[in-house]
Amino acid sequence: MNYVTIIVSKEEAIGVITLNRPEALNAMNTKMVNELTDALSTFEKDDLVRCVVIAGNESAFSAGADIKEMAEMSAVDMAKTGHFFPLWDAVGRYPKPVVGALSGFVLGGGLELAMSCDVLVASETTRLGQPEINIGVIPGGGGTQRLTRAVGKYKAMEMILIGRMIGADEAKTLGLVSRVVPKEAFLSEAKKVATEIASKSPLAIKFAKQAINKAFQVGLADGLDFERELFYLLFASQDKDEGMRAFQEKRKPEFKGR
Amino acid sequence: MDQKSVRTEVKNSVLWIRLNRPDVLNAFNEQMGTDLHEALKDGEKNPKARAIVLTGEGRAFSVGEDLNTSRGMYESGKPILLGEVLRSKYNPIVARIRRMDKPVLAAINGVTAGAGLGLALACDLRAASEKATFHEAFIKVGLAPDSGTSFWLTRILGLAKAMEVVMLGEPIDATVALHLGLVNWVFPEGKFEGEVEKIAERLASGPTKAIALSKRALNRAIVVDLDSALEYETYLQEIAGKSKDHVEGLKAFFEKRQPKFTGE
Repeated sequence: MNYVTIIVSKEEAIGVITLNRPEALNAMNTKMVNELTDALSTFEKDDLVRCVVIAGNESAFSAGADIKEMAEMSAVDMAKTGHFFPLWDAVGRYPKPVVGALSGFVLGGGLELAMSCDVLVASETTRLGQPEINIGVIPGGGGTQRLTRAVGKYKAMEMILIGRMIGADEAKTLGLVSRVVPKEAFLSEAKKVATEIASKSPLAIKFAKQAINKAFQVGLADGLDFERELFYLLFASQDKDEGMRAFQEKRKPEFKGR
Repeated sequence: MDQKSVRTEVKNSVLWIRLNRPDVLNAFNEQMGTDLHEALKDGEKNPKARAIVLTGEGRAFSVGEDLNTSRGMYESGKPILLGEVLRSKYNPIVARIRRMDKPVLAAINGVTAGAGLGLALACDLRAASEKATFHEAFIKVGLAPDSGTSFWLTRILGLAKAMEVVMLGEPIDATVALHLGLVNWVFPEGKFEGEVEKIAERLASGPTKAIALSKRALNRAIVVDLDSALEYETYLQEIAGKSKDHVEGLKAFFEKRQPKFTGE
């Protein structure tokens, strides 16, 4: 598939997807969503890709859904096409780790896309928000659910009911982003994080991601059971043998994903 | 002739922004606030401007809020919403000066008071004419410090001196201001503009990328702990290390010549 609204590249074990509608602050339209879904699925099938980075540019990760396009849509159109739901579904279940490289505006659907990533690196110029309320709707791509799980009820209420943007430092204090770096460094830092994740056992990474996400779906007892089973399962892996042997031999492990 | 509340001019890579309401000692009305903010925004984007000088026309730098515009309100006994004035007018200007990747030099030509002082303190460097005076005058009209003055005065003067200045509101002349570290330089009136020009042009012909990164490092250093400052410095130095100016600076050093910086 030839992409128009995104740029896709591979750098060793990292798959990089760059949103590329700079003239529209990377607003997400149907085309971009389809291309993103396709690129994610390609990286999912590619065994050489161990971690994915989703990035925007310095001025905008994404300012959200393309309002021009959305303004034309009826409830029936929404229901028929699912609007962006195929994308939200794909990223929500994505088995590989995804690092979000944020800078500039991360608004509405942009923040929802960011929150479906697993680790967020932000430039200090990043502004995050769910401003849907200002145009008479509410977040529709997981914003009310993921933001609440990320920052708690009261902060989520403030951000979603008032539509106020927060800065990178505040987002870091809230635990929403992990690192705040100068704007020139947000992409390289995100790639650095991704490279580090990619150097671990892909199986262990996959299970760890699954287990953490499970914490939001089930009660503690079931979550602990789930975790324990995955933990036991990893003891059948060659990566576990390699990891523990390398530790004893004081060398760096080489994980194969087996 | 020129009725604009803010005049701008780019000369030798320096953007000069002049507050231009000399009749009212460059007091801020709504328009001048908007115009100054726009001028700063344009300057930030303008690739021909590598340093910015902020100064006042006439005998004042700026005396802050134009009280005449709200006089009617005060006389009518209606409640005055100063918070709104700060949020919409002064705070964004202060934040923009601090955030922008260009050095901003305040050329304090005369009286500066209230939010005018806030504006001067928000700048990276301050040169004062010997005629300049500084008035943290809020207390004299029953107000608390605003437009960033509490932030800067505590950091520049230390807590105890800042308390004195804020609670008593006595004017400070240029010599004392220099002694306190409120300004970096004081120049005789006749030489003032020429000396400011020299400093500004030196900044503008310097490694402006590195100057911008230095500004960010210092901005951050005054509000975070050592570990964070060290980490942030590391990121900035990595960026600076990749700049053309760094390579040029090193080459010039080894070749024993003056470097030619481009800001890239």
